[in-house]
Amino acid sequence: MIAIIDYGVGNLFSLSSSLKKIGVQSVVTSNLKVIERAEALILPGVGAFGDAADKLRASGLADPVRQLAKDGKPLLGICLGMQMLFEKSYEYGEHDGLGLIAGEVRPLADYISNLKIPHMGWNSLNIKIDGCPLLKYTREGEYVYFVHSYCGVCRDKSNLVATTEYGTDVTAVVAKGNIFGTQFHPEKSGDAGLKILKAFAEMAR
Amino acid sequence: MLAKRIIPCLDVRDGRVVKGKNFEGLRDVDDPVRLAAFYSQCGADELVFYDIIASSDGRKLFTEVLRNVAENVFIPLTVGGGINNLEDFDRVLKCGADKVSVNSGAIKNPSLIGKAAEKYGNQCVVLSMDVKRVDGKFKVFSHGGRIQTDIDAVEWARFGQENGAGELVVNSIDTDGVKGGFDIEMLQAICAEVTVPVIASGGAGGINHFIDLFKSVNVDAGLGASIFHYGETDIKDLKMRLKEAGIEVRI
Repeated sequence: MIAIIDYGVGNLFSLSSSLKKIGVQSVVTSNLKVIERAEALILPGVGAFGDAADKLRASGLADPVRQLAKDGKPLLGICLGMQMLFEKSYEYGEHDGLGLIAGEVRPLADYISNLKIPHMGWNSLNIKIDGCPLLKYTREGEYVYFVHSYCGVCRDKSNLVATTEYGTDVTAVVAKGNIFGTQFHPEKSGDAGLKILKAFAEMAR
Repeated sequence: MLAKRIIPCLDVRDGRVVKGKNFEGLRDVDDPVRLAAFYSQCGADELVFYDIIASSDGRKLFTEVLRNVAENVFIPLTVGGGINNLEDFDRVLKCGADKVSVNSGAIKNPSLIGKAAEKYGNQCVVLSMDVKRVDGKFKVFSHGGRIQTDIDAVEWARFGQENGAGELVVNSIDTDGVKGGFDIEMLQAICAEVTVPVIASGGAGGINHFIDLFKSVNVDAGLGASIFHYGETDIKDLKMRLKEAGIEVRI
């Protein structure tokens, strides 16, 4: 059973439907007991970082989720959920993240010019580190669906598993042991996305 | 590199997909859930799902159909038709929509764009506009293209972007359903004034029209309805031809 952490941010319908489609049991929940019992966790998120981080803390789930991840439970952050794995974000001010991945979240506009922001649409993956279990079924160059205006910047390049090219190398997948994040939405990336969710579900134990 | 998107549009009435020439004489095509799943398998990059007569008779979208589509299709889904307030946004987002498109609702109440962007984020708010030439000027029409407003299309596009619309769907009434190609001139006029992604709509009749579109204007996506519904153009073939023409697409 995978727990999709519900802290009042974003649309979780597609995520739970896509897991159902690949035959994976999941539950959308804010109940700590359910989260503790789950074999793996997904941290979703859309919207602004500060607001989402506040909501996650207010729900009382931030510390337990961080601890469960440190104890080895597979965790997948999606989109803003990936950004929240970092130490801090500079989206409208300065906000603390979960600090599970070394680095910070900065405006795409700091790195690119003459391109539309948000970075919205299908873009291809450039795999930087082979052997990441999340990308077990993913080939170099597969397209996935992005919607974001801020990007994660890894301090430790060994955490940067895949990037996508949008004026610069934009962080697409991060990983550190049992902790994973995708800037794109696997639940909206067709078959390419379902394969990534399948690989994650296989880590659940 | 970011791919240009191909987007089939499903205009829905009474739970069925319809498409007419110049918005009149609607013809039944197919079951929206089946058609949506089929398109997703063929490589459609996104789907737009409109209740095209909702704004004129106040009818709400059939959320059950929407929910069924969202349960089976894992590509971005934009929903429009009858979106007049934040409750309408909420209603369709809960059924699995990723983006919500406002048209007549924003003409009636322009502050809806900003309010929705603040609540759901810019990426969620799509401003859809039906545009037609009137005395040589591009004017916005409301109510499924039936009622002319005084609004200048380029100014409306700019207003939408400034108030938080994350994307624009620009539909040319002049070329809609005619299958003579996209309205390049009108799209150029709008793209010159905005930086958010623009989806071109109205006039796709063949593969060459999409090649012309992407070669001539910096739009992000091309939308088509009847060209895909009647099987005249296969999305896989279309994308192969775009790729051969040097246009970045997801294959």
